[in-house]
Amino acid sequence: MNRDQLSFVRHDMLPEAEPPVTEKGIVKWLRENLFSSVSNTVLTLAAIWAVYYLVSASGPWLINGVWDTSSLSQCREVLQGQVGGCFSVLTERWNQLLFGFKYPTHLYWRPALAFVLLFVALAPVLFSKIFPRKMLVLTGLYPFIAFYLIWGGTILTPIFALLGIVLGFLVYRKLIYQSAAMGLLGGVATAFVFWILTGMLGDTVAGVLALEPVASRDMGGFMLNLMLGVVCVSLSLPLGILLALGRQSTMPIIKVICVVFIEFIRGVPLITLLFVANVVLAYFLPPGTNFDLILRVIIMITMFASAYIAEVIRGGLAALPRGQYEAGDSLGLDYAQSMQFIILPQALKISIPGIVNVAVGLFKDTTLVSVISMFDLVGMVRGPILASTAWNGVYWELFGFSALLFFVVCYGISQYSQWLERQLQTDHH
Amino acid sequence: MKKTVFFGALTAAGLAAGMASAATLDDVKAKGFLQCGVTTGLVGFAAPDANGEWTGFDVGVCRAVAAAIFGDPTAVKFTPTTGKTRFTALASGEVDMLARNTTWTFSRDVDLKFEFNGVNYYDGQGFMIPKNLGVTSAKELDGATVCIQTGTTTELNLADFFRKNNISYEPVPIETNAEGNQQYLAGACDAYTTDASGLASTRATFENPQDHVILPEIISKEPLGPLVRHGDHEWGDVVRWTLNALIAAEELGVTSANVDELAKGTNNPEVNRLLGTEGNLGEMLGLSGDWAVNAIKAGGNYGELFETHIGENTPIGLARGLNAQWTDGGLLYSPPFR
Repeated sequence: MNRDQLSFVRHDMLPEAEPPVTEKGIVKWLRENLFSSVSNTVLTLAAIWAVYYLVSASGPWLINGVWDTSSLSQCREVLQGQVGGCFSVLTERWNQLLFGFKYPTHLYWRPALAFVLLFVALAPVLFSKIFPRKMLVLTGLYPFIAFYLIWGGTILTPIFALLGIVLGFLVYRKLIYQSAAMGLLGGVATAFVFWILTGMLGDTVAGVLALEPVASRDMGGFMLNLMLGVVCVSLSLPLGILLALGRQSTMPIIKVICVVFIEFIRGVPLITLLFVANVVLAYFLPPGTNFDLILRVIIMITMFASAYIAEVIRGGLAALPRGQYEAGDSLGLDYAQSMQFIILPQALKISIPGIVNVAVGLFKDTTLVSVISMFDLVGMVRGPILASTAWNGVYWELFGFSALLFFVVCYGISQYSQWLERQLQTDHH
Repeated sequence: MKKTVFFGALTAAGLAAGMASAATLDDVKAKGFLQCGVTTGLVGFAAPDANGEWTGFDVGVCRAVAAAIFGDPTAVKFTPTTGKTRFTALASGEVDMLARNTTWTFSRDVDLKFEFNGVNYYDGQGFMIPKNLGVTSAKELDGATVCIQTGTTTELNLADFFRKNNISYEPVPIETNAEGNQQYLAGACDAYTTDASGLASTRATFENPQDHVILPEIISKEPLGPLVRHGDHEWGDVVRWTLNALIAAEELGVTSANVDELAKGTNNPEVNRLLGTEGNLGEMLGLSGDWAVNAIKAGGNYGELFETHIGENTPIGLARGLNAQWTDGGLLYSPPFR
């Protein structure tokens, strides 16, 4: 084709025109996202109506809220029949909601400090790429520090507990080369002998660097939920892994024990286990023994959670192709090594959503202890606060506050797990 | 030979009985405080205040017993119990006594092996309904949904009442009074039934109490009182006579304000015996002579306890009714202190 044959060639570019109104800015966004079809338009309008309804109903209630009266009747006088929340119950009883009604007021800094330290201890575990591995030492020490802070008493109790574990571990390391069973037994026996010996010191050392002791019965509020949740989740994870591996074991006794344990615990409602911990054990234990109630409850909840986590992890193990197991064997790794380096890292990664699901569920289940007359957050609301003459009849404010506290924690856990899944993603599709 | 065996068995039986029964008062004295079972919270009867101190009408009984034994109303520790855990707590020895608005019934006394030590509140089960329902008698509640606390005698009374009157109802089971309150206000049930004292105190917390009525029928007898384990009569007597001392004190005009004055001696021999200036009633109980003085000083006599915690000047606003002294037409009647 010849250049002269072209009758017209534009020499300069057209100036850029503004896009049409319907194709830019908020209008485009609205049209594409909210009103793209008839059904979407209907849904949008319905949603707008629902949001308006919720806000117009709860808005005045929040804005007119009364924060500084000392009883429900006073609060109603201030409101003069208008809609408004009596948030003064929160300002007056916040400490009871957080710490229970018997934890000494001047000692609130101790559980608060333990709570702050919890994040320091968790950081290297949860964000292992950001924080130095050396911080794991803090994580190991944290349970003992937290115990000392929350329960008080002499500092020697947690120190002896720690020393017992260290001693047991050393013996284990010494004996493990002869046989695994001997190592385990020797380690456990050493720790117990050490604890019994130091236990005999008893009252003679009770005053050494002692903080004012607080009895288990005096703990309550959200602190109790957090304590039960954190302790039980962190104990049930390793237990659950062991149970899941035990269930796949080729050794019949171990397999049977694990299967029976898991199936029995999963077949019983948690609330039954809690009743057993609270009332039935009192009949079996010799009169006068004072087996700490919180400890009993922790044991029961941990057993319950570990059975569920074991099943979740078993799902992860089953999802791995057989080739992975055979790969471990062909590399000449023994059982412990192939589990540690090949199987578990993959299986646990698959199991994360399930584990988080159990953890969140378990954390919320800790409110069940209110049924066995322990005053956790819900127990405090349902019992002492609603039964006080001043605040009988306040519901939305108290339960809303409880829901908010639980939501913050559970939402945090779920956000973390999603972040972790992204971190562990190795298949870059 | 046979005789020896017989005596041996007798001794063994005596020892066993001695071990089973003589313990509680000594145990309580040895440990230095009274362990008292209360509710996890019932308006006016037992609830911790903003400082975590237990207060209430039932708590007052515990404090009086502690004061009678130790002379110190704070020498008591409270174990909160729910409707379901209260009896195991007492039977297993976790608590020394239970003061937890518990109804005195035949089977609890005989079959569950407890000993009720008197009545500190005469209650009865009633119904509350919204006024706009237009019902004036409980017998018109045919087909109604009724909120009812599970594990209590009210549940059984309700079934009895409806069966007797040959009408039907649908129960809505609830766990605590607070929950019932909420369900009722939310319209989950047409009527709320519990002890009349509970209904009155619940209604007092409503935003519009005048919109709700308590029906005139009282369908049961609910004598509420403190209880202890069967088989330890010395301990049962301490609780029973401490309660009687509070009731008698009101009848005799002994109050926490004038008890010190009266304890110096009066012209009324019964007051003197009660307060330990004459006779040795305290010694017979295994307590000090001024046990009743301490018990009355702890929270006042029965009338004072009633007025402080649940009386007409409190938000709960209960009238004395059946709980007036027998001289005022009520049922309170303490046996003589002699």
